[in-house]
Order: sequence, then C-alpha cells, then structure tokens
Amino acid sequence: MQKFLTSSIGKKTVMALSGLFLIMFLLEHLYTNVTLFFGDGGIEFNETSHSMVRMIIIRVIEIVLFLAVFVHVAQAILLTKENSNARSVKYAVNGAKDTSSWNSRNMGFTGSVIFFFIVVHLYNFFVPYRITGTIGGAGQETVAQDVVAAMENPIYAGIYLISVILLAFHLSHALSSAFHTLGMSNKKYMPIWDKVAMGFAVFMGIGFGSFPILFFIAKLMHKDLLNWGM
Amino acid sequence: MNLTLKIWRQHDGNSKGDFVTYQVSDISTEMSFLEMFDVLNERLVNEGKVPIAFDHDCREGICGMCSLHINGRAHGPQAGTTTCQLHMRHFKDGETITVEPWRAQAFPVIKDLVVDRTAFEKIQAAGGFVSVNTGNAQDANCLPIPKDDADASFFAASCIGCGACVAACKNSSAMLFVSAKVSQFALLPQGQVERADRALNMVKEMDALGFGNCTNTGSCEAECPKEISIDNIARLNREYLLATLKK
Repeated sequence: MQKFLTSSIGKKTVMALSGLFLIMFLLEHLYTNVTLFFGDGGIEFNETSHSMVRMIIIRVIEIVLFLAVFVHVAQAILLTKENSNARSVKYAVNGAKDTSSWNSRNMGFTGSVIFFFIVVHLYNFFVPYRITGTIGGAGQETVAQDVVAAMENPIYAGIYLISVILLAFHLSHALSSAFHTLGMSNKKYMPIWDKVAMGFAVFMGIGFGSFPILFFIAKLMHKDLLNWGM
Repeated sequence: MNLTLKIWRQHDGNSKGDFVTYQVSDISTEMSFLEMFDVLNERLVNEGKVPIAFDHDCREGICGMCSLHINGRAHGPQAGTTTCQLHMRHFKDGETITVEPWRAQAFPVIKDLVVDRTAFEKIQAAGGFVSVNTGNAQDANCLPIPKDDADASFFAASCIGCGACVAACKNSSAMLFVSAKVSQFALLPQGQVERADRALNMVKEMDALGFGNCTNTGSCEAECPKEISIDNIARLNREYLLATLKK
C-alpha cells in the first residue's frame, strides 16, 4: 500500500478520491444554502444547521471533511513541486494554450483561491458559529440572518462570487479528471464525463453564485428575500 | 521563402545554452523542416561554423528520432505530424520561428537540440516486453482476439517513442508513452503472463526517472504525432490499480 501511495498514479488516486468526497460535501452544502430561499425567515436553514451540530454522524464526517481538505491540499502542493522539478528549464515559447484548456492547466491557481476562500469562510461562519458562539443569537435562531447579512456586504459578496466562479472552473476539469484517474474512462465514456463535469461545474457555479447575487440585489431593491413567503 | 530562426544552441550538457538567430533565404515550401535545417547547416559548414545538432533518422515519420519544439509546439504546429514530415508550406514567408529542444529533467540536453531519451529505453526494459513464445504467422489465426481489442492494441503499439508527449505535457509526464506500451500488451493474450508486473514495474521506473505526474490536460494526445489516445492513460490507471490489489 505504501508503494501505491507514493507512486505517481497512487498520489493522483488520492487526489481524485479526496476531491470526489469534497464534491459530495459541496452538494450537501448547496442543499443547505438553498433553504435560505424557502421564504420562511430562515427557519428551515436554522433547523438544518442546528440538527447538523447535534448529529454524531455529521460530526464524524466533519472530521473526515477537514482531513480530506488537508490531504487534497497537501498532495496538491507535493504534486505541483514534483511537476515543477520535472522541468527546471522552461520553454521560451509555450503553445500549451493550443493543446489544452485553461481550466486543466490552472488547477493549482484555482485551487489556491478556493483554499483561501475556505479559510475566510471558516473564519466568518464556522469559527463564530461553532467555536466562539458570536453569531446565531443566544439560541442560535438567527444564523440565517447572519449569513444573509454577510452576503449583503459587497466585499464579502465579491470575494464569494469570484471564489465560486473559480470553483466552477476547478470542477469543470476536476470531475472528469478524477474519473480518468480512477480508470473509469474510455473512448465512449470520456466525452460523457467531460459533459457531466462541465454541466456540474455550471450547476454549482450558478447554485452557489445565486446567494451573493440575489441577496445583494434584494438589498439594493430594499426587498427581504429571506422572508418573501411570510 | 525567407525566415528568421531563433535556435537553441548549447555546446554540451554541462554548458549554459542560449538562442542564436539565423536568417535563411530561398527556402522551398516543399522542403521538410529538417531539410530546411540541412540548408542552414550546409551554409554554416561552408562558413567554417559548427552546424546545429538535431536528431533525425528515417525522415518518413516512423522512427521516432526527430524531435524539436517549434514555436511552442512539439513537432511544430501541424497535428499528427513528426518534424521530418512537417513541411515549410505551413509557415509564412518572413516568419520568425523559435526552435527549442524537448524540455524535461528526464531528457537532458546532449547538444543543441539533441536530448537524451534513454529514459524511455529504461522504462521499456522494466516491463515493455513479453516472455512467452508468440509463435509463427499461422499461429495468429489460432488465437481468438476480438477485432476491437486487436485494433486498440495496434493503435497503442503505433507509439514511436519520440517523447513529444513528455515535451508537450506541462508536468513532463511520460504517462502517454507508458500507457501505450502497457496497453499494447494488456489487450492481447500474449501479454497476460506479465500483465500485473508490467504495469507496476514500468510505472515504478517512470517515477524513478524523474518524470512528472499526469494531470489529464490532454496536451500529450494533441501533440502526439501518432495520435495515441489518452484512453490508454485511463487503461494504465486501471491496470495499475488492479495490479496493486493483486500483488
């Protein structure tokens, strides 16, 4: 197993599996965020957030999630360093743009921005909600309101939106690349994975991008999007 | 046609190289890129200068000896073409063409545009063979091999080992080469005996020689003069995973 994990294919397999796990988390996170649009004043969002804190299984998965982020990032740094060492003298003229997509060549850049955003995101929500208890109100009944307030902040909304766009670029290559690395690809399936990855990236981009955009626009129009159904 | 050539000159592997600019004139559009180099070299020899070293052999696009990174592209801008089969009609009169050697730690420069591709030989020696008796021509008809498998194996075997995949890959990965060599045997009954060992040993050798890691950008497939598909890389990944579970 050690031989496998230290081989080039093994390292890529770890990247693929940790990445796929993080994608599963993104889907769950998107669902939770969508409850902000239920128009119930954030009741569903707050209840979902609270139930997650209470469920032991979620707490265990949360630890696995942090580990997956660490493994994905650490492995990415290691692979990037190895790949850079594999070509110490660079080309004076590089025609890579003619033979590969921007997304596939810039996974390190998009990944770095996403990681930076995760740190900011955890600092803004995870730490005050789960550790210091400074958001969410005494009974943690105002988490949704606090989230919406952050989205109405143009600086935070801007950082959020840029990160989500780069996340979509990252995912558009990541998903099909993961299937390729796991050997689940051939002439028949590769074009399908490429389309699935592109569709998924657009879906996630629009999904997560809708929160800062819609809440920010709602604020400009003096509308209470969180309570639209009440 | 008249051209300006910016060519990488390097005395040997220990020297620091640099670009030298040459003007060439009256180049026929029917010439191959290497024939254009012959014209320049003939002139350099007549002038008492050292000619430019570059690899070449068959000049028919089948031996895998020629290389050259031309205007940022392995084997030049024409898809599915080796440098020896790249004709000057694909360039514009008055154009400046930059020519560099393959760049990879595993392919050190020997002189000018010539790189040492012994690393590929080492990978081949680690497992790119079969040890069973493959019989004579008539025996082939006794082995039931599906046409699709035979074709896929043949396409993989058409790899000429030129190293364009490594040169084109942003990570200098040799995965397309290794996957083609593993695939051509994995798809045939004769290759089954050493199937698992082949995948494990060739990947181990590839990693030890300092090639980078594949990030599935697809540049290798786009630049391969034999248009070897990256399907083979997915197959190598499968072969390696299964071999790890077996061994």
